[in-house]
Amino acid sequence: MDFLTFLEFSVVGLAGGGLLALIALGFVLIYKGTRVVNFAMGEFMMMGAYLFYTTHVAWKLHWAPALALTLAGIAALGALVERTILRPLSGQPVISIVMATIGLGTILHGAADAIWGGDNLALPELLPRKPVFVGEILIPGQVLWSFAAACALIGAFLAYFRFSRTGVAMRAAASDPVTAYAMGIDVRRTSRLTWIFAGLTGAVAGIIVASMTSLSPALGNVALGVLAVIILGGLDSVLGAIVAGLAIGWLEAVTVGFIGGKARDLVPYVVVLVILMVRPYGLFGTREIERL
Amino acid sequence: MRTGDYRASYAQDEALFVTPVQRAWLLALIVGLAAFPWAAGSYLTYIAVLLGIHVISATGLNIMTGYTGLISLGHAAFMGVGCYAVAYAANAGVPFWIALPLGGLASAAIGLVVGIPSLRIKGLYFAIATLAAQFVLGFVFREWEPVTGGVRGVNLPAPSLFGLAIEGDRAVYYIVVPAAVAMLVAARNLFRTRVGRAFIAIRDRDISAEVLGISLLRYKLTAFAIGSFYAGVAGGLWGYFFRAATPEAFSLGLSVFYLAAIIVGGLGSILGGILGAAFMTMVPEALRAIVAWIAPWYPPATVLLSPMREIVFGALIVGFLVFEPHGLAEMWRRVRRFFHLWPFKT
Repeated sequence: MDFLTFLEFSVVGLAGGGLLALIALGFVLIYKGTRVVNFAMGEFMMMGAYLFYTTHVAWKLHWAPALALTLAGIAALGALVERTILRPLSGQPVISIVMATIGLGTILHGAADAIWGGDNLALPELLPRKPVFVGEILIPGQVLWSFAAACALIGAFLAYFRFSRTGVAMRAAASDPVTAYAMGIDVRRTSRLTWIFAGLTGAVAGIIVASMTSLSPALGNVALGVLAVIILGGLDSVLGAIVAGLAIGWLEAVTVGFIGGKARDLVPYVVVLVILMVRPYGLFGTREIERL
Repeated sequence: MRTGDYRASYAQDEALFVTPVQRAWLLALIVGLAAFPWAAGSYLTYIAVLLGIHVISATGLNIMTGYTGLISLGHAAFMGVGCYAVAYAANAGVPFWIALPLGGLASAAIGLVVGIPSLRIKGLYFAIATLAAQFVLGFVFREWEPVTGGVRGVNLPAPSLFGLAIEGDRAVYYIVVPAAVAMLVAARNLFRTRVGRAFIAIRDRDISAEVLGISLLRYKLTAFAIGSFYAGVAGGLWGYFFRAATPEAFSLGLSVFYLAAIIVGGLGSILGGILGAAFMTMVPEALRAIVAWIAPWYPPATVLLSPMREIVFGALIVGFLVFEPHGLAEMWRRVRRFFHLWPFKT
């Protein structure tokens, strides 16, 4: 394999990594805000894509109002989940929380199967397919534009957390809920908002993934591979999610190019095992100190 | 009415079954289990064998997760290791009563390797590590064709005893159920020993346990090895029951099933593992029966069966976590206490 092909795979991988970073952002938001790793993230993506299918394809709405309706639906779902499942479980041991989100994922998966059926559906291609050439390197259009969309969304979230009053309150509640509560921040509201925002990132990522491939209840499985990204980047680091998303995207693409497609499925999990052995808190995560 | 706990000697204190009533119930249970396949039909025998396998595996997971606090999302993969090891040994002509413990040991060995990260990480991070192990082992099952037969899997010969082939559900029942009973008694007794108590101490607070002189390295790995051993034996029995080892049988879904079983049954309770495995095996069967009953009036019901199963499965997990975190074992305890103390209020 020559250098140009390597470069091409690298660029495509980095661009694909943008999408991974977006999904990872959903995980990180929830972990930072509520100390929960949301194993139902993939099902949030899937629900977003299905809602968009219903509003855009079945109801034949223009994509903009369809997207707005979808996001509203997912926001409501996120708030409902926070209120009915996660809030009663706050302070419970890790296994309860892990299993609650897994159970939630199963419910959503079953619900999607019951409502929309298990067959593959097709979303119209939202992103232009026309490839873009950078010098001699070809980048598929969808990959490039999904990268751009992911960057825009991540940028918007970062700006929101940096500049808006609510965003600052959410960061405060994430870093120290008790103090934040004492300072008059409504911690329940911030944790509800956290779930809503994570649902929104998931829905957008799900719509992009579904429009590039196809839509079925199995769409949610994508998110399990993203666990590698958040472990590599650190569970509570937004910067880590972005850097690690790009790194894993690159690694997957290069593995496909050099070793073959089968090994691709294995890459994220081998990365997870290595990282957990060597540096469990990830590249940018906070090292947890335990006190008795 | 029971008024107190009158134990006057160490022998009484150590007895597994204290009262004559308990001993009588135990005898009735053994007779009932032995006679079950003759009284029940072939369908119930099939369910009973499946249940026995699930109970063994769920108990193994309970030892790891419920008693030692090591969350494993890769339990099905350990079962798979046991199943493939038994298949490999059985095809090489090893009799089943050697092959099954061998499968358990193979699984325990892999469990030791996977358990090593538990020394540095715990809780959520460890759960993710075992999830990764699940996928890596699944990949090995699919790709290591000379041993695992790839995607198609491998077939097992029927187990035989003294030259007699053990075929059919009823015969397999008499391997699975004694194995399950033996392993349950072993597990119950494990938590009356220093090792078992050390597991519980590690679950409750690992740092304090270490301060008390419990070697985390040794006991965490022991817990993982024992849990994987149970999974391996269950996997081997699975192989002899279905006469095949296939990669898709030991998926993440099965791992989640066992976690759900011990949560619904009760974490850190042997009875909980039994009740949970039984409950989670019965619910899909009950759903299927309901659907078969409704279908003549409402034909689409058959299509909805598999999504309904998933929804009910997830709802059971979430519902038990929110409303009854100690599971069925706790409900059973409450019922018993009610009758013990009747006519007084509990």
